[in-house]
Amino acid sequence: MGGISRYIAQRLLLTIPMLLILLTLVFLILRVMPGDPVLAMLGGRNVSPELIEVYRHKMGVDRPIPVQYAEYLNGIIHGDFGKSFRTNKPVVWELFQRFPATLELAAFGLLFAALFGFTTGVLAATRADRPIDHAVRIFHVGSFAMPLFWLGLMLQVLFAVKLGWFPVASRLGGRIAFTFEPITGFYLLDSLIRGNGEVIADIAKHLVLPSITLGFALTGLLGRMTRASMLEVLDQDYVTTARAKGLKERVVILAHALRNALIPIVTVFGLQFAILMGGAVLTETVFSWPGVASFLVRSIEARDWPAIQGSIVFIAIFISIINLIVDVLYSVIDPRVRY
Amino acid sequence: MPENTGQTKIENPTFVIGVIRWIVRRLSSGRHALRRQTILKVGLIIVFLFILTTGLTQIEGLTPYHTTKYRDAPRLQGPSASHLMGTDQLHRDVFSRVLAGGKASLIVAFGAIALSMTVGSVLGWISGFTGGFLDRVLSLTMDAIYSFPSMILAIVLVAMFGAGIGPMIWAVGFVYIPTYFRVTRAEILQVRETTYIEAIRAVGASNTRIILRHAAPNTVNAIMAVSSFNLADAILTVAALSFLGFGLPPPAPDWGFDIQNGQKYLQSGSWWLITFPGLMIIALSLGFGLIGEGISDLVNPKRKRKRV
Repeated sequence: MGGISRYIAQRLLLTIPMLLILLTLVFLILRVMPGDPVLAMLGGRNVSPELIEVYRHKMGVDRPIPVQYAEYLNGIIHGDFGKSFRTNKPVVWELFQRFPATLELAAFGLLFAALFGFTTGVLAATRADRPIDHAVRIFHVGSFAMPLFWLGLMLQVLFAVKLGWFPVASRLGGRIAFTFEPITGFYLLDSLIRGNGEVIADIAKHLVLPSITLGFALTGLLGRMTRASMLEVLDQDYVTTARAKGLKERVVILAHALRNALIPIVTVFGLQFAILMGGAVLTETVFSWPGVASFLVRSIEARDWPAIQGSIVFIAIFISIINLIVDVLYSVIDPRVRY
Repeated sequence: MPENTGQTKIENPTFVIGVIRWIVRRLSSGRHALRRQTILKVGLIIVFLFILTTGLTQIEGLTPYHTTKYRDAPRLQGPSASHLMGTDQLHRDVFSRVLAGGKASLIVAFGAIALSMTVGSVLGWISGFTGGFLDRVLSLTMDAIYSFPSMILAIVLVAMFGAGIGPMIWAVGFVYIPTYFRVTRAEILQVRETTYIEAIRAVGASNTRIILRHAAPNTVNAIMAVSSFNLADAILTVAALSFLGFGLPPPAPDWGFDIQNGQKYLQSGSWWLITFPGLMIIALSLGFGLIGEGISDLVNPKRKRKRV
C-alpha cells in the first residue's frame, strides 16, 4: 500500500493551498469588503464614537490589514477562533458542541437522498422512455425547484400538526431532554448505547422530518445522475455477459450495473456535500436543530462577528477534509484507479 | 464542438447585443427550432406570466385588495370565495400579497445573474485565453469559492452588505461567478486551439479583438443554458434569504418573508399562509429550470435524443 499512502500525503499537501485560498477568501470577504463589522455588530444602534473605538480594538480591526491577516491565520493554526460575543465562550467549543447534531442530520439526510435517488434513478433507467421514466424525470427536474425551508414547513404542517405522527422540531422530546445525557453527541448512537427503547424511538422520530427535508436537496441530483449513469452502464458488455450467465435480472441490475454506475456519482460527492451543508442552514433553522448551521444563522442575527467568522472557517476546513476523503475513497471504490 | 463555429458570424462587436441576437435567432430561425421544444415553450410561458403578473400587480389597484393597506378581512381565515388564499394575522388578503410578492425574487435573480455572468465570463475568457500564472491563481480561487456552500456564502454576504434588493443582488451575484468562470474558461480552452483562431492571429488581430469578436461568441451557447439553471437556483436562494429575514423590509409583500411570517401560525394550523407563496416560488423556479432544459436540448440535440 505504499502507493496509496504516498498519494494521501500528496493529496494532503494539495489541500493546504486550497484551504489557504478559502481562508483568505473568508478573511477578505469579512474584513476588506464594504461593511464595517463593528458597525454591523452594533446594528445601527446609537453608540458613542468612543465605544466604537473600544470595540474596534477589542476585535482587532484597528490594526493594519496584513497584521490582522497574520493574527487570523495564527489563531486558526492554534485552533483559536476567538470568543463568541453572545455566549462569551470560545467559538471552537461552541462549534464542536454542535457539530455532532449537524453530522447526524447530514448523514441521515444523505441516507434518505441515496435511497430515494438511487431507487428512482434505477427505476427510470431500467424502464427508459416508458411512462414511469417520464414521471421520474419530471419529479427529478421538479425537485430542483423545491425551496427546502418550505418543504420542511409543509412536512411540519402535515405530519406534525395535522397528523401528529412526528414531533414538530428539535432533537428530543421535552420530557426526555431533561434526563438524557449524551455521550458522543450523536443522539441516536448515544440512545442505542444506553439501550432505552423509549428514548431511541423518540430520537428516531425527531430525525425523520428533518432528514427528509435535507435529503431532498440531493434527491433529484442523485436520481438524475443515477439514471444517466445506469443507462450508460446497461449498454456495457459485462452486463450482457451477466445476463447471458443466467443471473437474475435483480442481481444483474443491483450487483453488476448499479455498483459501477455509482462510481461517477461518488466522484462529485464533495460538491454534493457542499449542497447538503447549504441545505442544513435552512433545515436546522426550520426544525430548531441545534447544529453548526443554525448557530451560524443565529450568530448573524446577533451580529456576533467572531462566531460568524469561526463558523465559516470551520465549515471551510470541514469541506476541504471531506474533499480529501472523497478523493482517497475513490481509489477504494474503483480498483482501476491506481496511485 | 463543430456546431459552434457558426457563432462567429455574429457581426456586432458588443457581447450583449450578440446574446440578444442569439436568442432572437434561435427563437425565430425557421419554424424548425421551436417545433417540438415543448419544455422550452412551457418554461418561457411560465416565466413570462410571472413577470407580467408581478409587474402589473405593483401598480396600485390592480390586485383584488391592497397588499398592505387593506386590513378589513377577518383574521387568520382559510381560503374562501372572497379571499381565495385566506387571510393573515394582520387582516390582509393573502391572494393579493402572493400575486405581488415576486418583485424582489425577479429583480434580484435577473440582477444577480447579469452581474455574475458579466464578471464570471470576462474573467473566464481572460483566464482561459492568457493561461499561465494568472490562470492558475484565478482557477484555484474560483474552485475554492465553488466548493463552499453557496447558500451559506450568500447568507454571510447579505449579512455583511445589509438587507434589501441591492445587497441581495451583490451577494447572490458573487456566489455564481465561479459557475460562469468555469464554463467560459473550458469553452475558451477548446476554441483557442481551433484553426480559425490561429488564422485570425496570423492576420495580426490583437488578443482583445480575438477574445471579444471571435472566441467569446462561441461561449454564448453554454452561458445561456447555465444562466437559466442559475436563475432557477437564484429564485430559491432569494426566497431563502427573505425567509431568514434579509429581504425586503415589511410590510412589502414578499414570498419568502410571508412564509417566515406564516411559520408563527403553523402550530395553529394556518397552512394557507405558507402553502401559496411556496407554490409560487416552485412554479417560477421550475419555469426557469424548464427553459434551461429546453436550451440544453436545443444547443445539444444529441442530449435530447440520448435522453440523458
